[in-house]
Amino acid sequence: MRMSAGLPIVDKLRARIKRLESAAARRRLVLPFGIQAIDRHLPGGGLALGALHEVAGGGNGAIDGAAAALFTAGIAARARGKILWCIRRPDLFAPAIAQAGLLPGRVIYVEAGNEKAVLACFEEGLRHGGLAAVVAEIARLSMTASRRLQLAAESSGAIGIAIRRWRRQTEAADFGQPTASITRWRISALPATQLPVPGVGRARWRLELIRCRTGESADFEVEACDAKGRLALPSDLVHGSSQKEIGRRRAAG
Amino acid sequence: MVLAADAAARRAGLRIGMPATKAQAIVPGLIVRDADPAADAEALEKLALWALRRYAPIVATDAPDGLVIDITGAAHLHGGEDAMVRGMVDQLAASGVAARAAIADSWGAAHAFARYGARSAIVVPAGESARAVLDLPIAALRLPKDMVENLRVLGFERIGELAAKPRAPLALRFGPELGRRLDQASGRLSEPIDPVRLPSLIEVRRVFAEPVGAAETIARTTGKLVAQLCEALEAKGLGARRLDFLFHRVDNRIEAIRIGTALPMRDVTRLTRLLCDKLETIDPGFGIEIMRLAATLAEPLAPKQTISSLTEEPEADVSGLIDTLANRVGEQHLYRFAPVASDVPERSVCRVAPTAPDTGEAWPNHWPRPSRLLPAPEPIETVALLPDHPPVNFTWRGVRRRVKCADGPERVFGEWWKQDAELIAVRDYFRVEDEAGERFWIYRSGNGEEAATGSQSWFLHGIFG
Repeated sequence: MRMSAGLPIVDKLRARIKRLESAAARRRLVLPFGIQAIDRHLPGGGLALGALHEVAGGGNGAIDGAAAALFTAGIAARARGKILWCIRRPDLFAPAIAQAGLLPGRVIYVEAGNEKAVLACFEEGLRHGGLAAVVAEIARLSMTASRRLQLAAESSGAIGIAIRRWRRQTEAADFGQPTASITRWRISALPATQLPVPGVGRARWRLELIRCRTGESADFEVEACDAKGRLALPSDLVHGSSQKEIGRRRAAG
Repeated sequence: MVLAADAAARRAGLRIGMPATKAQAIVPGLIVRDADPAADAEALEKLALWALRRYAPIVATDAPDGLVIDITGAAHLHGGEDAMVRGMVDQLAASGVAARAAIADSWGAAHAFARYGARSAIVVPAGESARAVLDLPIAALRLPKDMVENLRVLGFERIGELAAKPRAPLALRFGPELGRRLDQASGRLSEPIDPVRLPSLIEVRRVFAEPVGAAETIARTTGKLVAQLCEALEAKGLGARRLDFLFHRVDNRIEAIRIGTALPMRDVTRLTRLLCDKLETIDPGFGIEIMRLAATLAEPLAPKQTISSLTEEPEADVSGLIDTLANRVGEQHLYRFAPVASDVPERSVCRVAPTAPDTGEAWPNHWPRPSRLLPAPEPIETVALLPDHPPVNFTWRGVRRRVKCADGPERVFGEWWKQDAELIAVRDYFRVEDEAGERFWIYRSGNGEEAATGSQSWFLHGIFG
């Protein structure tokens, strides 16, 4: 009984916090993934434009950042306009990014020497306002730096994506530190789709939404980006998930 | 008399100071021409102007055979001091000029290291040149020849020996010049550089009756000077591509800032902002007397009509962002990738300027490519059936992985027109997935049948997402 009476109060508090947080009452634009299951979890039905998001790899992906780069390329491919990609080490292979839908004429790369310079270029790109998305590969992101980046992204309306990449596995625990980013994702590689013939099928990822402001965390198994940067739900799992839901409702009711 | 000798001449036995008749006797068929010091000085000025355009705003000739460049604040734009000095020597060697270069804390020390240092491209770490210059011979001190001879007769060979002696008797015997040169070499006495100026330059300057040092005054004057410069540029129909901002201090030192833009422009706000970003790097010292703003590179800029239609969306202009980032990290660190028609993966991408027009080209899409390419392929140990089968398992960086499924082989032939060794070289690429789900791009160097096509060893080249 107390829970159902508390709900409208919680809603009122949420609305108040939202009003306090955004000085200008702007309707937040979003970039949807196109997959119902994921968009449902995100506030506004997609990735918020004019905000900072974080992406990291799981397992060995925390060091090489391969899946994270493709995931980010898929998002950037669907945003309209030019992309700025700030890197520290030049090991990104452009043909793979082009296969994820991000054509080479749209991306400008900045190779900065150290973390501070990467963050400075990230902020500069977000503040400029003529870009669709700004991506940066960084290892450490402090709360103050992420707040500055979030404000810069809000002022221009570009998506800011921070790909977290570390040198050693032990440093990857840094991902647990709180930052001001709106959503936080972790991508791990899963075995590819089984094919009836010998060969490697479409790659699959475990996509974990670790943190989402005004939302709940969740994890999904998705198929990797196609030539236009869109993710897909694996067909064998789509059927499986609905069965599980029916079972759960029956148990709760 | 022979005035200068390069390595080939020295090998033939010619030395500087040798009479011309003796030289003709040693080398039969020697062509003799009169020395033309005026033409030499002019050529040196031209070289100084080239260095001014390429490297830093403060360049002067160090007669008779050298240049001195003040690279404070400009080294990181050329990839660091090492890369800059080696690049300078290589560039001059490519034009047929054998050069030696050195970077040190003061003009005297750099002069000494450039002429008497061990290698042709030296960088002396900051703060250590005063100590390192003590090991050089006294001829490096820019003293007149007879003074050097007298010092040698007295038994002095190295600068360190001279510096250790008390100054007064030396000054009594040789004059104040010796003390001055010693102080200049160790950096105790500052030596102002009088920079060369490009002719027909658009330049505006502001001379202060009283030296200024406050940051707000400097910033305000910067804005006014930029406005004046843009007016002058507009009168000639030019846009600035590079601006040099020189501050003449009270103690005769000159500090400089240089900014560059990707496209010619005369936008007062953007240029002021680019200059103000770098203003904090200059040290006004006891005060600045003259501020001089020059457009060292200006190109024609025709007025352009902006899009006036209501339905057409103007493409967002990122050239301002490119300029700011280029001035922060250096022009060569800002690029776009473009496809190169090559099968070899590491050669299939090239870098182009970010403002280059977008041709819409892309790479051929037949095979999936890894999103991370290792800078150099790493050898792996495998167990595989030759010649067409992917490995059953492989060990990379000490971790053994079992291959669950694989795609391939994709055969990449060597480019015989690049190197003879690649005439029959072949790589067979496989995309493999291990049991955990991680996907890698590995290749076997060679076709598995003939030993001439490669070493038949396996390498890991990239990681798929």
